[in-house]
Amino acid sequence: MSTTASPVRARRLPPRERAGSPMLLGHGRLPRVLAGTALVVLAGVWLLPLVWAVATSLQSEQDVAEPGLSPFKGAFTLDAYQQILERGNVTVWAANSFLVAGLVTLITVAISTLAAYGFSRGAFRGRRVLLTVTVAAVMVPPQLLVVPLFEQMLMFNLVDTYAAVILPQVVAPMMVFILKRFFDSVPRELEDAARLDGASELRVFLSVVLPLSRPIVAAVSIFVFIGAWNNFMWPFIVTNDPGLMTLPVGLATVKDAFGIQYAQAMASALLAALPLVVVFLLFQRRIVSSVATTGLGGA
Amino acid sequence: MTTTTPIGAPAPTGEPPLAASPGRRTGRRGPGPLFVLPFAVPFVLFLVWPVLQGIWMSFTDSSLALRDTSFVGLDNYAEAFGDPDVWSSLGNTVFFTAASSVPLVLIALAMALLVHSGLAGQWAWRLSFFVPYLLPVTVVTLIWTWLYQPDVGLGNELLGALGLEPVGWLSDESVAMWSVAALTVWWTVGFNFLLYLAALQSLPTVFDEAAALDGAGAWRRMWSVTLPQLRRTTVLVAMLQILASLKVFDQIYILTKGGPNGSTRPILEYVYDVGFTGYRLGYASAVSYVFFAIVILVSLAQLRLFRQED
Repeated sequence: MSTTASPVRARRLPPRERAGSPMLLGHGRLPRVLAGTALVVLAGVWLLPLVWAVATSLQSEQDVAEPGLSPFKGAFTLDAYQQILERGNVTVWAANSFLVAGLVTLITVAISTLAAYGFSRGAFRGRRVLLTVTVAAVMVPPQLLVVPLFEQMLMFNLVDTYAAVILPQVVAPMMVFILKRFFDSVPRELEDAARLDGASELRVFLSVVLPLSRPIVAAVSIFVFIGAWNNFMWPFIVTNDPGLMTLPVGLATVKDAFGIQYAQAMASALLAALPLVVVFLLFQRRIVSSVATTGLGGA
Repeated sequence: MTTTTPIGAPAPTGEPPLAASPGRRTGRRGPGPLFVLPFAVPFVLFLVWPVLQGIWMSFTDSSLALRDTSFVGLDNYAEAFGDPDVWSSLGNTVFFTAASSVPLVLIALAMALLVHSGLAGQWAWRLSFFVPYLLPVTVVTLIWTWLYQPDVGLGNELLGALGLEPVGWLSDESVAMWSVAALTVWWTVGFNFLLYLAALQSLPTVFDEAAALDGAGAWRRMWSVTLPQLRRTTVLVAMLQILASLKVFDQIYILTKGGPNGSTRPILEYVYDVGFTGYRLGYASAVSYVFFAIVILVSLAQLRLFRQED
């Protein structure tokens, strides 16, 4: 790592691009070496469990059971993945997870954007009361709802259905609140122009407001999807039929059944994590910036 | 709202509003209640109703096994306050909150300061610290069950390599909660790290530069300029973290089922056990509302402290 800060170098590496403050370390060599070492050690500690899991999943069960610090004790094999996929459950659970997370995202984003726009621009009776209740509901921990929601699902005869897994998850007051705040900041003149042209309110929303809101809608969609994909407690409680389980729930039910078959356990864990890592790599910038600016994330 | 100038858009603001545009009633413009309805219906059905229903259930002997329920007044609450399992699981919850929140704030801060220091490889550091946060809870617990495995798990292999005795990571009552906390720190620190990183990136650099001109060294500037400016962020991160840690359930339930010997059982798992294994939904509701009351009290106390900080 270079320690000089000559003007030429500074021009080649503008501070924006480094996205950090070189001031923090000063110009000495020692602080840079220390900070660099600390970063490498921390990142190594954070990556180690993942590297260990990947290495474990690519060996045979016998090799994995050998003692020793080397992450890779035997020959490379895809056996664990093959066995997981042949057993079939994991693919069913993955399909369920896609279905559930996809529908939850679609419905949540549709009703939340509409409601947020209605709250932001509408003038009708009861708007204030409902908005206040919605904002207050952000405080309610979802775990509080589990017992009465389950009772409600029993009453509607919905236990062990996709509807029971999906419907309660589409209520996301936090997302409505975030979207409303964004709509509040969008200037209204464009909408008025469209209204003067005779566009219906829905038309105004769909063709004027929504296109302007693409970044925030994308951020909300990504977080709702990640939240629904990772949601454990509610789907766990409301499904007993293995054919209906999502990946996190299915994997939890067979965790003990794996016994000491850690290669297979790691293989299925990594398969379950794969879609989210892909989502993250595709939308990294957006995810990082929206966690940072809205503080939202993790349902 | 006052008129704002739209940026980069043709501005129709100068025009006087047309008194009667064709085919429109005057006086009412803007989206109507129909926009809010598709959200309001599930909101009332799946949130407002369960909250009220839960309060009602907490005053009954409602049960999964019996359909007949009767009103029992405050009996469930009286029982909850005298229930040693409520107190011990609350104690576990508080212990976990303390054991996880402190490192979750401090390590996140250290990570953000290091990444922000301008060393090359931003993208790789951010990815390393944030990726665990994306993993589903079951995946995280599967990986750590393997690391904590007594015979060939990484944890004991490392201790062995250092010449130390193996540890019962999940089987020793005095160790298990620390193991859960370590997993949680690894899993969720990335979120706090991003909040800190964003705060650092939005700090004005003038104070730093002024201090440097006055001859302050790197350490001095960090302690006297950067860290004080991060105070608000630290309060926010700590508040969010304490509330999140109090609600711990998923990873503990999958990792240890509350064991060994109840030493890792948090209050929310007790609610689950009472309600869904013991079938006592009424009592489970009462315990969860006692817990909710505590969460609200903690939030209010934090808000007060936060105001005083300002």
